[in-house]
Amino acid sequence: MTRTFADLHLRVNLKDYQATQLIVKAAKFGYSLISIPFTSKLTEEELTKLKATCSEAGLDFVYRADFHPRSENDLTHFLRKFRRRFEVICVICESKEVARQAAKDRRVDILCFPSLDYHKRFFDRAEAELASCSLAALEVDVKPILILEGPPRVRLLASLRREVAIAREFRVPIVVSSGVAEERLLRLPKDLASLAFLFGLDEAQALDAVSTTPAAIVARNREKLSSRFVAPGISVLKEGKSS
Amino acid sequence: MKRVKRRYIALQLESECMPAEREFIDAVWSAITKLYGEVGASLTGLALIDFNEERKVAVLRVSLATLRLVRASLATISSIAGKEASVHVLGVSGTLKALYTRCFVPKNG
Repeated sequence: MTRTFADLHLRVNLKDYQATQLIVKAAKFGYSLISIPFTSKLTEEELTKLKATCSEAGLDFVYRADFHPRSENDLTHFLRKFRRRFEVICVICESKEVARQAAKDRRVDILCFPSLDYHKRFFDRAEAELASCSLAALEVDVKPILILEGPPRVRLLASLRREVAIAREFRVPIVVSSGVAEERLLRLPKDLASLAFLFGLDEAQALDAVSTTPAAIVARNREKLSSRFVAPGISVLKEGKSS
Repeated sequence: MKRVKRRYIALQLESECMPAEREFIDAVWSAITKLYGEVGASLTGLALIDFNEERKVAVLRVSLATLRLVRASLATISSIAGKEASVHVLGVSGTLKALYTRCFVPKNG
């Protein structure tokens, strides 16, 4: 069976000429699904243009929003306001309070821990247990692995290895994304998967992390966001007229 | 002594200007050494088999046991001889014949 590869985290500055080039290159590399996080600076018109560029390149564009909440209330407010507008919601956890709330909330799809500081990465066993119940996935961006060198990369790999081991123990889905904004850092899907070897994923799990897992998140949310969705497993097939 | 199983990797280089053969293999060794150290690098049995400057294609030979280690290291290459570059794996095979056939890699010379 052929895999459909996804990169749910391309960071593109739409004002930059590189945006189109990056999208075209992602298509050339064999990705089928890509996502560029929504920012408040992005207008509806630009978003439509972006989607059109992706369609031209033969890519399926996923609406994704990244959020850095300062508190639990901030997160709840954001989810209430934006959940139905985006296909993927990612919460960037920069405090333990937010990390726990995000892992508990079923409206959150992806948890991201970008800090290089070991003390600010909150994906521990308690977090994993909460995330496994709410179906939230752990996202690993490979960009820092590509640009860092020496002791910072050693520390990052150690943290990632620990987090991935915990995620596997609690069956938390793992998504590997590029997180890149430059063409030169974009990698082929299988090369992206091979980088996952550095933090302890075997070949099949690594390939799933760049294909099946992100695709399943998108498919699940698209189903939920469709007008025919009633509840998990229940959807409207046909509407009849009341007599 | 047990025979060492090997794999051949076809690579596509992407860079502004084409690096020399020496610069390329130095970059590969450097990436492996940075990630796995000198002992790790010594286990790979790495050798440059082919290098086509025109098509920016290279073929490496590695031991099967360290294939994943080498692939991960190749993906981390972001510069060669101080210039921005990346290396993409076109294919992996157990024989050179199959690699040249499957990956459309032209033989050098």
